[in-house]
Amino acid sequence: MSSAIQFDPVRLPEEAEALRVEVRAFIAEEVAAGTFELGQPGRAFNLAFSRKVAQKGWIGMTWPKEYGGQERSFLERYVVNEEFLIAGAPTRVHFTADRQSGPVILKYAPEEIKRKIIPRIIAGECTFSIGMSEPNSGSDLFAASTKAERTNEGWRINGQKLWTSTAHQADYMIGLFRTSPPTSDNRRHGLTQFLVDMKADGISTRPVYFPDGSHDFNEVIFDNTLIPDDHVLGEIDGAWKQATAELAYERSGPERFLETIQVLIALIELIGPEPDSRAAEGLGRLMAQMFTMRRMSISVAGMLSAGKEPVLEASLVKDLGTIWEQKLPALARDLAAGLPFDRVGRAEFQKTLEHAIRIAPKLTIQGGTTEVLRGIIARGLGLR
Amino acid sequence: MSELSDLIADTSERIFHDLGDPQSVINSGDGGWRPPLWSAIEEAGLSRAMVPEALGGVGIPLAVAFDILRIAGRHAVALPLAETVLAGWLLGRGGISAPDGMIAVAPTQRHSRLSIDDRGRITGRCDAVPFAGEVSHFAVLAQNGDAGCHVALLSADEVAVDAGHSIAGDDLGTVICEATEPLAAAKVDGLTQDSLMQFGAVARAMQMAGALEALLDMSVQYAQERVAFGRPISKYQAVQHNLARMAGEVAAAVAIATSAAYALEQGSELDEAVLIEAASAKIRVGEAAGEGAAIAHQVHGAIGYTMEHPLHRFAQRLWAWRDDFGGEVEWAERLGRVYASKGGLGMWPTVTAA
Repeated sequence: MSSAIQFDPVRLPEEAEALRVEVRAFIAEEVAAGTFELGQPGRAFNLAFSRKVAQKGWIGMTWPKEYGGQERSFLERYVVNEEFLIAGAPTRVHFTADRQSGPVILKYAPEEIKRKIIPRIIAGECTFSIGMSEPNSGSDLFAASTKAERTNEGWRINGQKLWTSTAHQADYMIGLFRTSPPTSDNRRHGLTQFLVDMKADGISTRPVYFPDGSHDFNEVIFDNTLIPDDHVLGEIDGAWKQATAELAYERSGPERFLETIQVLIALIELIGPEPDSRAAEGLGRLMAQMFTMRRMSISVAGMLSAGKEPVLEASLVKDLGTIWEQKLPALARDLAAGLPFDRVGRAEFQKTLEHAIRIAPKLTIQGGTTEVLRGIIARGLGLR
Repeated sequence: MSELSDLIADTSERIFHDLGDPQSVINSGDGGWRPPLWSAIEEAGLSRAMVPEALGGVGIPLAVAFDILRIAGRHAVALPLAETVLAGWLLGRGGISAPDGMIAVAPTQRHSRLSIDDRGRITGRCDAVPFAGEVSHFAVLAQNGDAGCHVALLSADEVAVDAGHSIAGDDLGTVICEATEPLAAAKVDGLTQDSLMQFGAVARAMQMAGALEALLDMSVQYAQERVAFGRPISKYQAVQHNLARMAGEVAAAVAIATSAAYALEQGSELDEAVLIEAASAKIRVGEAAGEGAAIAHQVHGAIGYTMEHPLHRFAQRLWAWRDDFGGEVEWAERLGRVYASKGGLGMWPTVTAA
């Protein structure tokens, strides 16, 4: 392994740090203007905010100029992403499109589709969802059974996607559908990625509420939905070959260890500037973990930016990062319990803590479960 | 990496492998491996990796010098190499030439203190000094009241050592100085005991990261060879997941240790950023050492829990190295106070400034 796993020290370049100053100023202005409130968890859906981010040129900022992108570095995008996460900025409108759907379209869609959709994403007015899971296909993606059948007019989709985040707000979905049965020597064969216009006839979405009553998940039913031929993304029956690089981006970003960070911020406020040794030690351990996660995540960003495909390293970041962000609320709760109850900041801490405890279970499920990730890591170690 | 660093890495790897391979060390049954290994280390200049060029060093970048210690960790090298390398740096800060031979550094614990009086004599007691009973010299940091720190070189003949052993069986002793006359001493502005603790912490973090890399390799290889219930145990998901978890710990250790070494190369040891890197490294790598050693033992089963198997040479050193230059608890308390002083909204700018 010593040779198989790489995490070389990478530092963000000067232009990225200069951009950070700009992003912080923008956040401060928008908070002052009332566009959003600092520290709100959960990436709210806020069209006004996304349009302003777009005006700054910070959506699709790494994409080619010919489609409206800025061709800035992946490390600059990293800085924008982490500053928005720490601020709790409402990025839901563009988050998924910016992270993974846009790059997939740029790589696999026909020219006219790129020209139509990419500028809309960059303008902050186009939301994407990811149609992968089904009632009988979660971690086992290759069990997907929702069918796309070729007809004279295009493709007819029938079936159901489930636990689909943002589907009720999305303009488009990138869906994984079965176009052929698996073959005896390759069970991954037979799935194809499609661009789905969510306004098409024959698509209905139904909310599937989280345990706290909030709405993010959906069930999406396809009833003979027609998808034009030019909405096929990449190789027919060969989607399994296309996912690798996409997953490295999806799994290694700062959102993989900062989802519950508001608890840590509130905890520091609660602890105050002169902690006793118990609080100081507990906080120090949490910060050492977070600092290490960030170093690992930036190291992967550096490799992605250098054109490598650090799939194993990205899986390690997501495994460690999500386990940590999941444990953080429990550790913060323990530390807070040792402090006088009437401390300033207690109510704010408690509110943040409760939200984090509620969302913690999903962090090690979404985007690849711990079990699936450990299987990928084991394969990388040569055990499978 | 540059050609120079590749060359140094290859040389180190070859020397440690040829003359300090843990299995051969165990098989030898005595300390006969020690003199040839140390000679080779000295001849290759590895023990002087942090000596400044002006004092006869070869001008290796600091991060590369730290990398020698990671490679030494991969072979569980049980000689005062890290100590002598650190001594080269510490004495160099005072413009003092490092003598040949093994040198220990002191203090290695935050609570230990040496003082230097106005006549230049050194007094004090340092606990848990690695290799105190084996070295010919000590490189020490001594405080002259509020007037600042001095670096001094002491002959081992002039100090009292109460010798003992670490959990790994390596020499570890208490060093007592009573008005000891140093061979050389110099006042160094801007140097504090913190500086030494940080350098030492990063050195140990690199050694531990290397030992963890080796343990992961050994554990993966063993899992592929060992057959139980008719299959190699590497095919069992429970074993795979343990090893995947270990890989995460090892990756975290390597990432933060090398990051901290890089930070020391780029910055001044008085920077808050360097304190944060060094503290985070010692905490996170210390945690990984505990987890990693435990999983390595679990994967190896009974065979790993024997004197003849090399596993213990790594596991025991991981346990021991955690305690040198401040353990996880001590550094965590220190780091926690830094962040607490920033307030909730000051935390993130502190992280991004590091």
